[in-house]
Amino acid sequence: MQTKKIKWTRILLEAAFLVVLFSLVQYSISTHMLSQYYQINLTSMCINIILAVSLSLINGFTGQLSLGHAGFMAVGAYTAVIMTTKLDYPFLAALVGALFAAGLAGFVIGVPTLRLKGDYLAIATLALGEIIRVVLQNIDYVNGPAGISGIPKLTTWAWLFGGVVLTLLVVVNLVNSSYGRAIISVREDEIAAELMGINTTKYKVLAFVIGAGFAGLAGALYGHYFYIIKPETFNFLKSFDILVMVVLGGLGSTTGAVIAAIFITILTAALQPFPEIRMIIYALILIVVMIYRPQGLMGNKEFSRQTLGRIWGGRQ
Amino acid sequence: MFGTKKRRIAILIMMVFMFGIIAGCGREAPTNQQPAPTAGAINVGLNVELSGGVASYGTNARDGAMLAIEQVNAAGGVLGQQLNPIVRDCKSLPDEAMSVSAALVDENIVAQIGPLTSGNVAGSTPIMMENKIPLIAPAATATNVTVDDKTGATRDYIFRVCFIDPFQGTLMAQFAADNLKVKTAVIYGDTSSDYAKGLADYFKQTFTEKGGKILGTEGFVKDDRDFRATLTKIKGLGPEFIYVPGYYQEVAPLIAQAREQGITVPIGGPDGWDSPDMVTVAKAEALNNTYFTNHYSSQDTDPKVVAFVEAFKTKYNKEPDGFAALGYDSVQIMVQGLNDAQAADPVKLAGALAQIKNFEGITGNMTIDTNHNPVKAGVIIEFKDGKQTMNSRIQP
Repeated sequence: MQTKKIKWTRILLEAAFLVVLFSLVQYSISTHMLSQYYQINLTSMCINIILAVSLSLINGFTGQLSLGHAGFMAVGAYTAVIMTTKLDYPFLAALVGALFAAGLAGFVIGVPTLRLKGDYLAIATLALGEIIRVVLQNIDYVNGPAGISGIPKLTTWAWLFGGVVLTLLVVVNLVNSSYGRAIISVREDEIAAELMGINTTKYKVLAFVIGAGFAGLAGALYGHYFYIIKPETFNFLKSFDILVMVVLGGLGSTTGAVIAAIFITILTAALQPFPEIRMIIYALILIVVMIYRPQGLMGNKEFSRQTLGRIWGGRQ
Repeated sequence: MFGTKKRRIAILIMMVFMFGIIAGCGREAPTNQQPAPTAGAINVGLNVELSGGVASYGTNARDGAMLAIEQVNAAGGVLGQQLNPIVRDCKSLPDEAMSVSAALVDENIVAQIGPLTSGNVAGSTPIMMENKIPLIAPAATATNVTVDDKTGATRDYIFRVCFIDPFQGTLMAQFAADNLKVKTAVIYGDTSSDYAKGLADYFKQTFTEKGGKILGTEGFVKDDRDFRATLTKIKGLGPEFIYVPGYYQEVAPLIAQAREQGITVPIGGPDGWDSPDMVTVAKAEALNNTYFTNHYSSQDTDPKVVAFVEAFKTKYNKEPDGFAALGYDSVQIMVQGLNDAQAADPVKLAGALAQIKNFEGITGNMTIDTNHNPVKAGVIIEFKDGKQTMNSRIQP
């Protein structure tokens, strides 16, 4: 009984925290306290968080080096945009559609490729991500390389916030479940995991499908905010950007992925006034972080109430 | 129990912190929304690609625009005020272009120059339209940049100083049929870019109308480096002319490989060829007998152009390319608009820009039509021993 009661307080506190955070930002947006510029960067930040957390499930927790995340983002973006602009579905349906379409793409790509290991998997996912992009480039229905422009701006702070919370809820709870233990065991030692009776392919595909699905959700949110989607936006460089966030945050840390996504978005925006040396500074900062924190900002640790408790009350 | 209590306190503290951070953001924002306009200066935003895929275009356009701003300021500015350029990099990405535009809007700009490519302009478009600030695109050539292709309405605040894509395909077809007098051609274009696809279509249309025959249409995609197999096939077809709509990254090795295989016929292309990398990659000899359409030539003997080239060389120690000239013209047409409007006001400026007639730019005389496209001539540039030389000026 005791533990159950504590858990309820925790959940309530967390919910209250989320509600306060949401309302504060919503209030600043509706009263124009946050200018358009800050709103755009807030949007990028939320989308990057979803992308980084979903890729961290595949790369960080399952240990499968996937370089095709932008491809799944593209599947989600195109699915959602087609659903809203051409087929007149409501936005929620489009978001769900994007989630499932990208998840399906993840399944179709995951089943054959996840039997590969390490470098081979990286190359296969990189190639498949590029295939998605090239296929989109050659479909006239979506205007080929010019992409679809004039997309209505349906992504609001509420959808973004909901997307981030949903992604975190699913990923964190998955990782902490028995499925999560199996997934992590695949990363730690695939042969040992298999000997323990874990169907490694099944868990790899599971993580891959969920990760891909949320990348699709991020793509859908992206498309409905930035007015234009074109295949070129979802090239392998985009996949690398996401990978940089995951590695910077620490492989195997959801908190790390979130912090790195926020950090990189702010860094990119903060360097805008220095156009000439922007990319040099960006690269230097990444190199310095990697030299002094090769395990990433958070390593494989999570920031949690326990961590806070330890900080507050000394060693427990 | 004790631990839980501590935890609760910790969470409360965290919430207070978060509140502080968010409240801090909120206080910061309004100051950004209405900064006091710098006395005696008109802010001009430059939202250009200084890194990423098309960094070379953005950098040159930025240089041209900065030269124009410097000259205008040296001559006493506009409406008694100096122009204050604010340069930002959009990383060749449409989402970044949008973010940069929003940042520039916060700086109270009167107009935005750039971005260069049509896709990045599209990213920037909603912000400029919403805030009613004119965007002058130096080189965005897709038709739907200034016109909403769903409603067919002209976008009130989006302008450009370059001709549109179809025109370049038409121009090269005219040149091939009338000046080079060729009867047969093969199109070997970039199929991964809409720009190249549009050019190929219009080249085909005009060339066929002129009585020419298209023997075949082949394609490559961005980042291709080996074109030998397709070139062998084209050689077998034996065309008198090859049209290669694409960007210099792929076209330079393509031409080198074509010449290697003994294809000696003239090769033509669009302004995507315009880069110093063409000569460094393809080498001077391979580029002989190749032509591309452009907005301007630095060899033009028009005194205005000569003066511009001279000034540009003095300032940057390099030859100005088409993007530099278009960047320069973008600023100059804005200055003309400001003078016509007699006010440093974005909305009035947009009204004046839409009315501009016979503006004498480096890239030709321009009259802005109802679709906010300039009506102007184009030039054919020929590579001669590694040098870009002006072949002719083609009137539509």
